[in-house]
Amino acid sequence: MNIIVCIKQVPAKDAPLAISGNWIKESDIGFEMNEPDSYALEEALRLKEKHGGEVIALSMGPERVKQTIKEALAKGADRAIHVADDNFHQLDPLGSARALAAAIQKEKCDLVLTGLQSDDHGFGQTGVLLAGLLNLPHATLIMSIEAAEGKMKLKRELEAGWFQWIECPLPAVLSIQSGINKVRYATLKGIMAAKKKEIATVTRESLGVSAEATQRVEKIYVPVKSKQTEFLTGSAKEVAAKLVEKLKFEARVI
Amino acid sequence: MATSVTVKTAAKGGNFLLEAALPGDIFTPADFTDDHRLIAQTAEEFVTKEVLPRVKEMEEKKPGLMVELTKKAGELGLLGSSVPEEYGGGGLGKISTTLVTEKISVYGGFATTFGAQTGIGTLPIVYFGTEEQKKKYLPKISSGEWLSAYCLSEAQAGSDAMSLLTRAELSPDGKNWILNGQKMWITNGGFADIYIVFAKVDGEKLSAFIVERTFPGFKPGNEEHKMGIHGSSTTPLFLENCVVPRENLLYEIGRGHIVAFNILNSGRFTLGVSCVGGAKQGIAISSKYAKERKAFGKSIGEFGLIREKLAEMAIRTYAMDSVVYRIAGTIEAAMAAAEGSADKTQQMMKVLEEYALESSIAKVAGSEMLDFVTDEGVQIFGGNGYHEDYPVCRAYRDSRINRIFEGTNEINRMLIIQMLMKRAMSGQLPLIPAAMKLADEILAGPSMDEAPEGVLAEEARVLASAKKMFLQAAGGAVQKFREKLADEQELIAALANMVMEIYIMESALLRAQKAAAAKGQTASAAMIAAARVYVADGAERVEHEARRALAAVHEGDMLLTQMAVLKRFGKRATPDTIALRRVVAAAVQAQDKYPFEGK
Ligand SMILES: Cc1cc2nc3c(=O)[nH]c(=O)nc-3n(C[C@H](O)[C@H](O)[C@H](O)COP(=O)(O)OP(=O)(O)OC[C@H]3O[C@@H](n4cnc5c(N)ncnc54)[C@H](O)[C@@H]3O)c2cc1C
Repeated sequence: MNIIVCIKQVPAKDAPLAISGNWIKESDIGFEMNEPDSYALEEALRLKEKHGGEVIALSMGPERVKQTIKEALAKGADRAIHVADDNFHQLDPLGSARALAAAIQKEKCDLVLTGLQSDDHGFGQTGVLLAGLLNLPHATLIMSIEAAEGKMKLKRELEAGWFQWIECPLPAVLSIQSGINKVRYATLKGIMAAKKKEIATVTRESLGVSAEATQRVEKIYVPVKSKQTEFLTGSAKEVAAKLVEKLKFEARVI
Repeated sequence: MATSVTVKTAAKGGNFLLEAALPGDIFTPADFTDDHRLIAQTAEEFVTKEVLPRVKEMEEKKPGLMVELTKKAGELGLLGSSVPEEYGGGGLGKISTTLVTEKISVYGGFATTFGAQTGIGTLPIVYFGTEEQKKKYLPKISSGEWLSAYCLSEAQAGSDAMSLLTRAELSPDGKNWILNGQKMWITNGGFADIYIVFAKVDGEKLSAFIVERTFPGFKPGNEEHKMGIHGSSTTPLFLENCVVPRENLLYEIGRGHIVAFNILNSGRFTLGVSCVGGAKQGIAISSKYAKERKAFGKSIGEFGLIREKLAEMAIRTYAMDSVVYRIAGTIEAAMAAAEGSADKTQQMMKVLEEYALESSIAKVAGSEMLDFVTDEGVQIFGGNGYHEDYPVCRAYRDSRINRIFEGTNEINRMLIIQMLMKRAMSGQLPLIPAAMKLADEILAGPSMDEAPEGVLAEEARVLASAKKMFLQAAGGAVQKFREKLADEQELIAALANMVMEIYIMESALLRAQKAAAAKGQTASAAMIAAARVYVADGAERVEHEARRALAAVHEGDMLLTQMAVLKRFGKRATPDTIALRRVVAAAVQAQDKYPFEGK
């Protein structure tokens, strides 16, 4: 089974964020593998260990993304594709999905895995759009994959502690739920072995994908922390009425 | 060689006292490759996920746990980074090994176990083992299947290790060595499988042996009740007619001191590295606590005195961080150069010896830095810092051992000057011509110094003057006491303190200059501030030691003249270190951690 895992590099969780234009200041922060994608990678490696085949790590972004690609290779991916793009943070989910889809179409693969969402933008759409563009079946919130003879039995997470079992043909695109497996370490041997693995670099232009945005970020800002406490007085009835008023017109939540 | 290094040629050991290095000459954390960073990440993740959640159990000595975690580290390849690939290790360079050590060293008990296993418990076989010994032991030591220990100290022979009494005699049939004696204070003693034991053949010729736990006549004693590093095992060992196969002699009869000293040279460097790891953790927990703890309606982290503490903790850590990676880069470059030679072991030993002085600096200054950091950490935690529920309390206790083992800091201070003098006398280091040149310069009177230019130029000038102060003091001391200098321990320690400060100041300075050149002054503002504070205070400390030394060496008019010269060398600008520390504190508090990681 040949599996492509889409892996994004995102700002490190403890990075101090400063805003620059409509993105964050990147010069002074560390980056890491998007955590939801690390579960997708782990799932791919486990499927490969069971069924054979190849795991290909696919990542888009500027040169620094290589660090994350190398991590995926060190953990056991066989080779990698880097869609080099210095302005990728300006892409909307459709733009990203188009570029990734174009890269995937050049490969023969049975399964495409993505994480559920990215820890930076958090759109949670790339996987879904990718399936649409590739014209492949898709399922999200995958808890487990049992593959056999051209199809898979999938466990999905629903609301309120419910699960769903579905059958899905191969090839397909799946978005993996976070936390479903215990992610392996990159061993020192793995890190050294990764040096010999191939990282193919392509550009978005060479894939013929335009940068035309369907969506534009107007502004990003750090939410201002503000806490207010107000005591309402009166009889229970009066207080309830005042509360409803405030919720309706001040907090605007009902 | 696994990793590429930007430093192409290694400076000679001790040379920093005589020549000004350039920023491009030294390796700094900003030079880490992707592979270095991945290796560090694996070690860090291992500690966060496996070690830290189980500290309490380890402190309580839960049976088998330390062994289990060490083996787990072995599975990830963390134990064998300095073991060549052909013997089951990673064959990684010094920089990677240094990173692994630093990142592992968050919890003292585990760091000590790990250090004994991967350093002093592994390297004797790597450097001095026969092909058979390497094949037999190294793969199992690097995988963690077998744990190891290094056994030099005895009850009456600690600093004075050469006076050890354990004996080795060849059995009448000539097939085995029979060892008799007792060892004391052996790290990993309780659970190791392999012990590197030092004993005197026929009571005279110091030699090293590889002893397996299962050999007849070998028995570890009970665990010691220690002040700190409770998670680690420290026991005496009893050898009663212990039977060791003849082929388990390590290296040559009567050359055990070569094994012992070379391994300690390298172990001292590693210990300094480990202190840097511990200090970074101390900063992180202290900064977080300072943010959460409220007093007088504020976070205590908003008070100037708390900020000053956080800043100074970060500045001293930064300086030692710069020192250890500078040394790692130098050693890696020198090892790479030695790699191709036919007598590899000899060459490797030469490299260890070449940088023994720098290694001692890392050990002494690193351990004193960590004591400072954990002490201030306790202070930031206030009463809670005195409570075992808070990790800073344990870190404070754990830190203390570092000034004692691997050669006490007193012994290492003596060694620093002893090694320096040896290099000077043999002509390896042109210290004497430099001192003479300085004397001429002094006679010639004040010269017009060129106005400094560029980033940290004034600090570079201050550093150059500090080197002159050292030459002035050391030159006088050698001239007066000659071969009797060894008896003047207090004077030697003053000189050693100057040597250390100079190396640390220079490392801090060059790293900041290198960063400023690469990323610009604005992006490196906090690091530049840290370097400026370190150099300003370091210069004060150097001058203070110079004054003490000169007073011990000269008297009367000569002393007055020397003091006038010292005053001339001591001319320097007065940076506002209060304001500079605020800049560093802000950088710490922005992330609640050591702010110069990998930079
Ligand atoms: C927790 C722990 C773990 C250890 N692990 C190991 C291990 O794994 N293997 C091993 O072999 N050893 C180990 N040791 C032993 C350690 O290396 C010695 O304790 C250390 O070398 C000091 O020796 P000592 O205790 O005999 O002190 P002493 O030598 O008695 O020193 C006492 C004091 O006198 C000073 N002093 C001694 N000689 C001089 C001198 N010439 N000039 C000036 N001052 C001097 C010392 O600096 C010190 O301040 C360990 C010790 C401890 C506490």
